Amino acid sequence: MDTTAKVIDILAAQALRDPATIGPEDTLATLGLDSLGLVEVIFALEEAFDIAIPFNANDPGESGFDITSVAGLIGAVEGLLGQKAA
Amino acid sequence: MTRRVVITGAGTVNALGGDVPATLAAMAAGRGAIGAIDLPDLDRLSIRIGAQVPNWDAAARFDLRSLALYDRCTQFALTAAREAVASAGLTGPLGPRSGVIMGTAAGGIQTWEDNYRAVFQDGKSRVHPLTVPKLMSNAAAAHIAMAYGLTGPALTVATACAASNHAIGLAFQMVRAGMADVMLTGGAEAMLCFGGIKAWEGLRVLSPDGCRPFSHSRNGMVMGEGAGVFVLEARDHALARGAEIWAEVAGFAMTADASDIVMPSQDGAERAMAGALADAGLPPDQVGYINAHGTGTAANDRTETAAIRQVFGDHADRLAVSSTKAMHGHLIGATGAVELLAVILALRDGILAPTINHDGGDGACNLDVVPNVARRADVAAALSNAFAFGGMNAVLALKRA
Repeated sequence: MDTTAKVIDILAAQALRDPATIGPEDTLATLGLDSLGLVEVIFALEEAFDIAIPFNANDPGESGFDITSVAGLIGAVEGLLGQKAA
Repeated sequence: MTRRVVITGAGTVNALGGDVPATLAAMAAGRGAIGAIDLPDLDRLSIRIGAQVPNWDAAARFDLRSLALYDRCTQFALTAAREAVASAGLTGPLGPRSGVIMGTAAGGIQTWEDNYRAVFQDGKSRVHPLTVPKLMSNAAAAHIAMAYGLTGPALTVATACAASNHAIGLAFQMVRAGMADVMLTGGAEAMLCFGGIKAWEGLRVLSPDGCRPFSHSRNGMVMGEGAGVFVLEARDHALARGAEIWAEVAGFAMTADASDIVMPSQDGAERAMAGALADAGLPPDQVGYINAHGTGTAANDRTETAAIRQVFGDHADRLAVSSTKAMHGHLIGATGAVELLAVILALRDGILAPTINHDGGDGACNLDVVPNVARRADVAAALSNAFAFGGMNAVLALKRA
């Protein structure tokens, strides 16, 4: 399974949605995920990809991890995977 | 039967100091005790700062038989209780008109951790036979009751970060109502262990670099550990025995947000502060100091500031509001007890403990937070705020003796 599908599966499980209904333009808000839902998503991503995501709930914008959209999340995970491989 | 209730003794151990005089001196000096922590498996934690009680040598403080029953949390509680009782000029057994109410969030978490490690990681098939009475959340209160012969009401409350304030508030109500003459009360916490930090890490609210309450640069809370215990006593009882009165506990209120499990509610905080003022019969403009919950998280400090402005109106700009967590860390279930010492510092000694590490507020945090340096003030009445996960709020109102 590729990164995009895995990220969407994780978001779908948290949002209680069918993965097929989630697109790159979706946001945490459109998925109905609150701050606790977000930290659960981040935990699930770290576990699934064996990465460490720099995220502080106090200062989401400064964490350097894009959570503004599904596309952003996928890109951020790919970036961390690239760093791991490098 | 409604009686006035006073504080006649106090004890503590926390990262700032091993007793009340050392802690008050550190608060007055604006000294911070947050720094690098020392723990097994530290390399597996991403958060490596805290306000750890330094050089804690349990074996030098307690005999081996006792240590089989005393989690670090109980050790802190008994140490604070001993100082509290001695400073009040009391000696046990204090009997059926006395009791104890302690607050804690995680109780004997180090004992849970050590024994899980033994059976799950080390493959042991049995654990120490006294594991249950050592880890139970009411262990600290039980050992305090035994140490001083407190045979009236004895219990532990577990309301996370508000546990100490709930405990002290309930003890206040019991003495006021005539259910007891003397109550030992406060909180103890030893969650600054591998598993405790690991759990908090997951929530992503800990700061990796420092506690900066009400600052624009704030980025989370920093954990501490320790205990605080107070002797609450009916005023007539204290006067009859010639006890020194440190301050009067005048009011208490508790509210529930009943909304979100972790996000604070302005309404719940407002109602708790207004309720404590009403219970104490205090007009808002008589309050000179508030020891804020002030965790240093983005959400708490913004919400607490707004709630204070709503409750106090124009007087909010004439109030001093400081968070001493920047010095002693967030002691979770023990935090309200250690923070009540800052209230005593204000009421009894006329010194406002500062909010250290302050590098400028923002639009949402614009109260007089006594930035960085303590100052003198004539304070007749004060509040101490605690707002817990679970949306459980507890505010104490105190008056100068």
